[in-house]
Parts: sequence; C-alpha cells; structure tokens
Amino acid sequence: MQLTRRSLLTRSAVLGCSLAASPLLTPVTFAAAPWDTRLVVIILRGGMDALDVVQPYGDPQYAGLRQSLSGGPAAGAADLDGFYALHPGLAPLLPLWRAGELGFVQAVSTPYRDRRSHFDGQDLLEAGTAGLGQAEGGWLNRLLQQMPGVEARTAFAIGQERMLILEGSAPVSQWAPGAGLLMSPQAERLAGLLMEDDPLFHAALNEALELTRQDMALGGEDGGEGDSAEAGEDMMASMMTAPKGKAHSEVAAYAAQQLRGDSRIAAFSINGWDTHFRQAGALKGALGRLAETILALQSGLGPEIWGKTAVAAVTEFGRTARENGTGGTDHGTGGAMLLAGGAVRGGRVLGRWPGLAEADLYDRRDLMPTADVRGQLAWLLHGLTGAGKSGLETDVFPGLAMGRDPGLLL
Amino acid sequence: MRFDGDLAEIRFGAGLSPLLPPPASAAEMLERLQGPDEAAERFPVSGFATAAAGAGTFQKLRRQRNRLAGKSGYEAADKAFKDFRRAQNQARIGWHGQRLLRHIHTRDGFRERLVLFWADHFTAQGKTPALRVLAAPYAESVIRPHVSGRFEDLLIAAVTSPLMLHYLDQFRSAGEGSRAAKRAKRLEGLNENLAREVLELHTLGVGGPYSQTDVRQLAELFTGLSISREKGFVFRPGMAEPGAETVLGKTYGGGKPQLQQVLSALRDLARHPATARHIAWKLAVHFVSDTPDAALVDYLADRYQASGGGLMAVYEALLGHNAAWAPELRNVKPPFDFVASACRALAVPAERIDALKPRQLNRLLLAPLTPMGQAWEFSSGPDGWAEEDAAWITPQALAARLRWAMAAPRRLAQGLPDPRDFADAALGGYANERVQFAARAAETQTEGIGLILSSPAFQRR
Repeated sequence: MQLTRRSLLTRSAVLGCSLAASPLLTPVTFAAAPWDTRLVVIILRGGMDALDVVQPYGDPQYAGLRQSLSGGPAAGAADLDGFYALHPGLAPLLPLWRAGELGFVQAVSTPYRDRRSHFDGQDLLEAGTAGLGQAEGGWLNRLLQQMPGVEARTAFAIGQERMLILEGSAPVSQWAPGAGLLMSPQAERLAGLLMEDDPLFHAALNEALELTRQDMALGGEDGGEGDSAEAGEDMMASMMTAPKGKAHSEVAAYAAQQLRGDSRIAAFSINGWDTHFRQAGALKGALGRLAETILALQSGLGPEIWGKTAVAAVTEFGRTARENGTGGTDHGTGGAMLLAGGAVRGGRVLGRWPGLAEADLYDRRDLMPTADVRGQLAWLLHGLTGAGKSGLETDVFPGLAMGRDPGLLL
Repeated sequence: MRFDGDLAEIRFGAGLSPLLPPPASAAEMLERLQGPDEAAERFPVSGFATAAAGAGTFQKLRRQRNRLAGKSGYEAADKAFKDFRRAQNQARIGWHGQRLLRHIHTRDGFRERLVLFWADHFTAQGKTPALRVLAAPYAESVIRPHVSGRFEDLLIAAVTSPLMLHYLDQFRSAGEGSRAAKRAKRLEGLNENLAREVLELHTLGVGGPYSQTDVRQLAELFTGLSISREKGFVFRPGMAEPGAETVLGKTYGGGKPQLQQVLSALRDLARHPATARHIAWKLAVHFVSDTPDAALVDYLADRYQASGGGLMAVYEALLGHNAAWAPELRNVKPPFDFVASACRALAVPAERIDALKPRQLNRLLLAPLTPMGQAWEFSSGPDGWAEEDAAWITPQALAARLRWAMAAPRRLAQGLPDPRDFADAALGGYANERVQFAARAAETQTEGIGLILSSPAFQRR
C-alpha cells in the first residue's frame, strides 16, 4: 500500500481525538504573541572566515595575506561599496543587498580569546556571557525569561543539533521537520505512564506528541489512500530514517511555517565553516547553503512577515588573516555577522575596520575585533522586542555595555 | 561493595541478554577484558590497512574515470568507479552489522563499551568520499588492541593514525623553516588543528594548564607526522620545523628531527596530572553519571597517576568503587548503545543480521541512529558525542527512539517474545511496576515490546 500525507492525516484525526481525552496533555491555547516582529538566529558552526566572505579588497595588505584565496572584484566577487566585495557563494543574495535587506557587520567577536576552541567558542556565543559558566543556558532563553506572555511556541529551536542558545528555564519548542510520533491511543497512554516519574523523558514525550499533532494539522495537501493499523506501523517504520534531501532548506521552510503562526523567534545551525584545507571549495558549499536558507525563509514568510523579520547569522570566531599552508585558514578571533530581512537597514557593511597590517592584527595573526558581537545582538533584541536596555545588559548578556546604537534596524 | 551482576551488565556492559548470563564478579569482567578477543574473532571487521588500501583503489578508479571524461571508455570507467563506491558503502554497513553482533552475543560487554568510549575520545572521521568508510576499521586496528593497555600507547596509536592525521589536517602541515617549505613553490605552512585537539581533547583537557604558545610549539613539534599512499603513517623529516620546541616548559628535539621527539612529548602529555584528572573525569561521566561523585574521580585519577596511565588499574578502580554502583539507573544510553542493547535483549540471531541485504541493514539498524541525534561515525566535531542525558532526550530524538522501538523489533526477531517475559529478559530486577503494567496492558505484542524498550528503565543505565 502506498502511504501518503493523506493517510497520515486520517490517522492523525483519530490521534487528535485521543489526545483531547489524554490526561497527559493540558489543552493549550496560545495567547496573542507578546510582540510582532520576527527574529531568526543562525549559528554558523565551525568559524566562518570573515575575510573571505566580506572581502576587504580595498585594504592594501589583503592581497598579500590571501594568495591562493585571493578575492575582490577581479576574482569574480561582487563589489559592495568600493572597499568590500561579496564572495560569489552569496551572489544569490545580491538582490537582497540592492533592496537594502542584506547587510554585514565586520570585525566583531564574542569576548572569547586565545584558546580558539570551536566548542568553547560556540558555547560562549550561545551563552552570551563574557566567560564560560557565568550564567545558565543561552541568551535567547534569558531574553524570553524577561518578556511577558511567552509560551513554549514563542521560540523554536529547529533541527537535530543541540541549541544551547535557547536552553534555560523559559519554555521553548524544539523540533526537526518530519520527526513525528504516531502511536495508538493506548500505546500513547502507556508511554506516558512509563515516563511519568522521569521528568526528562516525560517532558520530551509530551512535547513530541503535541508537536506531532501540530505538524499534522499544519501540513497535508495531497490526496491518498485510506488507513489501517498496519499503515500506522509501516509509517513508523518509514519514518525511522532521517528525512532525505536538502536538510537546511527544510529547516528554513519549517522555521518560516512556525513564524507565520504564533512563533516569534527561531534558531538553528548551519555547519561546515571549519575550512582548514582547500577553503575555496568548502566555503563555497557552506555559503550556498546559507544563501538557500535565507531565500527559503524569505519565500516561506511571504512579503508581509519578511518585512518585519530580522535574520542574524553569527559564528564562534573568525579565522587567521593569513591563509595557511594547505589552502585554508586556521581558527582566529575577529569575525563577521550577517543580517538579512525586511526589518534590517541593509545595503551596508558596518563595523570599524581595524586594518590588516601585522601590527593591527590580534596576536599578529587574526582580524582584530573592534566590537562585541553581543552588543550588536543586544541592540537587535532591543529594537525587535522592546526588551529594556538594563535587562539586556545585566541578565541577557551579563556585564555587557551596549554603547551607541549601531542602527541595524529600520 | 556488593557486586550486582544485572547492574554490571547494564551499566558497564552491553545490556541484559536472555541467552547469556551476566558476569559473576568484577574480577571476571577484568579477566575477560585481558583474555582473547572472542567477539572480534567471531564477527570480524576489516583492519585499517586493508580498508585504507580500498581508499587508494577508490581514488585510482576516480582518477581513471576523470581522465577519460568526454573520451571513449568513459562509461566503463565510470561504472567501475561507481561499482567500487557502492561496494565500499556496503562494506561499511556490513561492519556496522558485525559491531552490533558483537554487542548482541558477547560475554565481554565491558570491552565493547570501552572500544566505543575510546573511539569517541579519539574521534577521527574520513573527510573525503574515499575515506568516509574508515571509522570502523580505525576503531578496529587503532583503538581496540589498546583499550586494556597503557593510555600513552593508545594516544600514540591514535595520533599517528593516518585517519587522525588526515581528519585534523596534520599530514600536510610543514614547518615554516622546513626543507619542504623552502623547496615547494606553493605556500606551505603550519596547521595547528591536531596539536590543539591533542591538548584540549585527548590529554590535558580544555581547562588544562597550557597556553596558545604551547599549542603553537606542539604544532611545530608535530610537523613531519604525515601519510604516504603506500605505507600509511610516515615521519617526513623534510617537513619538520628545524630547532627545538618547548611544550609545557619541557624542550624537545633540537638536532635532527626525529619521530622519537614527538613520541616522547606524547608520553609526557599522557602522564601529566591534568591528563589523569581529565581521563578519570571522562570515564566517571561516561560510565556512572553526568555529575560524578568527586571522590570517585579523585580515586580514578590517583590510580591513573600511580600506574603511569595503566588503564587496567583505572578500570579496576572504577569497578571497585562504591560510587560506581549506585543502584539508581542514571546515564541515558546513546543511540548506538540503545539499539545494540535492544537487539541483545531481543537475542537477534547472527543469521538474521547476516541475511539482511545492505539496504535493509542500513534502514533498520544504521540510518535510524541519525534522527536519534547520532549520525553514526560522523559526530559534529573531534569532541565526539555528548555525555549529557538532556542532549539525547529531546522531543524529536525521543520520538525517533520510540519509532524505532515500535517498528524495528518485529523485523529483527523471528517471533517476538511475550512482552511480560521480555520485560524480565531486558530489565531483570529493573523491570519496575510501571514496566510490568505496560507489558500486560499493551494492545499488541509489537507495542508491548516497543513500550518496554521505550521505558526510562531500559533507556538509562
């Protein structure tokens, strides 16, 4: 028997009835969302090379540092402003740049210095603190803790990856598209009973069942055949494996779907930025995924919601100014952040440029950070959600001085 | 300390089996670990040298095909390449089946767990299509023979393995003053990746007493560790940075660059007190709890130090400490261990797994690990898999475990057991009232088995 979305839907109607009667779930009604703008945070894991993405071809030192990785308009990059050029891998986003819906902040970093470990670097980026272990969970979660009217569905962590950025005491949702759980009503009740006295399992089960119900209710346009007990089991079997295809586009489409509804924040990862070796090929692939992701968000959100959306893509650190001996770059310090969306004031590369002369580099090897990326993010949160500056400086990003408004938003 | 066989098999072994009795004592577990490797003999996996030769064939066939692009003979060369690639992928799936069979049928489950633990500690992955199948052969030849030896031998085996040298970009790293850098036309240079991970992940730990200067110096000392297509690991003095390097205050080399200088730095790192603490902490977290008893960690670190990194002494300490035997089941099994222990509880016969076509084996036993959060042999970085329970039990990963538990057993075991019997077989004394109730109340046998495997009592250890 061929299984289709329709047979799933038929099945989910039955499931829906049983859920209403299930003692596991309190009926959830969502209050009007606490604010109206949308924020997407993308963690670029691996350390994106700022100097190859937003190429400072106007800097006299640049060409000497990047011999095989030479950029600039002469090498096919699009000129942005006479000083910076955009890596060809992001060329699909040039229409956004021209529309003022794409921008960059160059030479930013977290307070992380010297050890240059991905794992600590990412933890610090997501924790939003000055040092490791200085606060619980992630900065997006601590933002939610400050806002009134937050529901689990207000913020979504999407994909298979752990997202520390959204961990913490405020309720959030986490889901990977196509990860549904289909069981008979009896099995569902018994699974609830088995897990009842184990809070970690019980909470995860309840959320999985609730998200499955929503997933089913949201999707399903194609017609198909009927339903049987056997069909449910086969469906579970066919769903044992991960969904195929372009995972990043699916994640973006799912994020857009949630953000069209009651969700206001989505966070997910794009991996593949650790380009120690043959960066020319590896970076092109990663940038292609980033571009597709942003375009999938734009089309999934539609013009109205895209108009009040800001996408911020951030990475744990930049890479060495000088290319290494293997056609790549090693872990560095100063990096770049990307901003997109109808709510951002784009068409500009912001950030104070520190220069690339050896004395201007951090540790004589890395791009010198001239601003704390947390300051940029704090102003973004302030502008999008109305979160107060004092809360942002003391709780969301403890110890941060936000300084002057960089004017990232319209 | 009172020895509990069921707990020993659940926490330190491969899980309970209806066919095989749990160990009778800690001494028996240690004795088996030092005895012949019966599971590996019965269920062989390709060794590294053979598998690496396959990677060479892969590259050769691909080159031949690419040379013929647009010429006659291309189609035959393309087919030869694609056939070989398919065979390689099928071999990888087959090795996965063999490793599961070891877990299902071993009486030496502690060894299987240690191989997983150390292969994860020294995570190495194939980054190119030709190398992506090599993780299991690496675990087989590089890790497995050393799990009951000394840590320094394990460290040296891992760090000088061609897969590790490739994974962490060491093989092309040349000292800036080396002969190779002077001779070569294209820019040659130093790559810090392996040196950093050796300090941060493999030995001292991220909080350890080292600086960026130590990373840089160790990277210079490592220059020369490289790979040759014919011989695998080679030391190339021509790539080595001339002069001495100082790592953690001790100076190595100075004269002619030699492999011995690198190895003695690795031995010193292996015996460093920070390494003792790091390894002790990792073992305690992996086998006992995300937040292990400080006394247990201290005790393991002491035994590590006293024995100069003798792993048997550390294991004996682990199995001999009261804090390791707290009766409450805590750590969540990672997906591989969950699936392997479920197959063991179901007593899936070797003939059943042997009879599966590679595609079926992949669909039933390998691909399902990805949505559970464990893309097998491809963790997101050299730090390997997470230890925290909360990293594994997210809604979508738990949903994937339940989907597998409900659907796979019927396809693996010929004739499912009665759920009430299965609860005892899978959990022994840990089949609590909730599990027994669910086993009785399930509407179908399939659901009953699925629910028992889904219970926290089965998923923790």
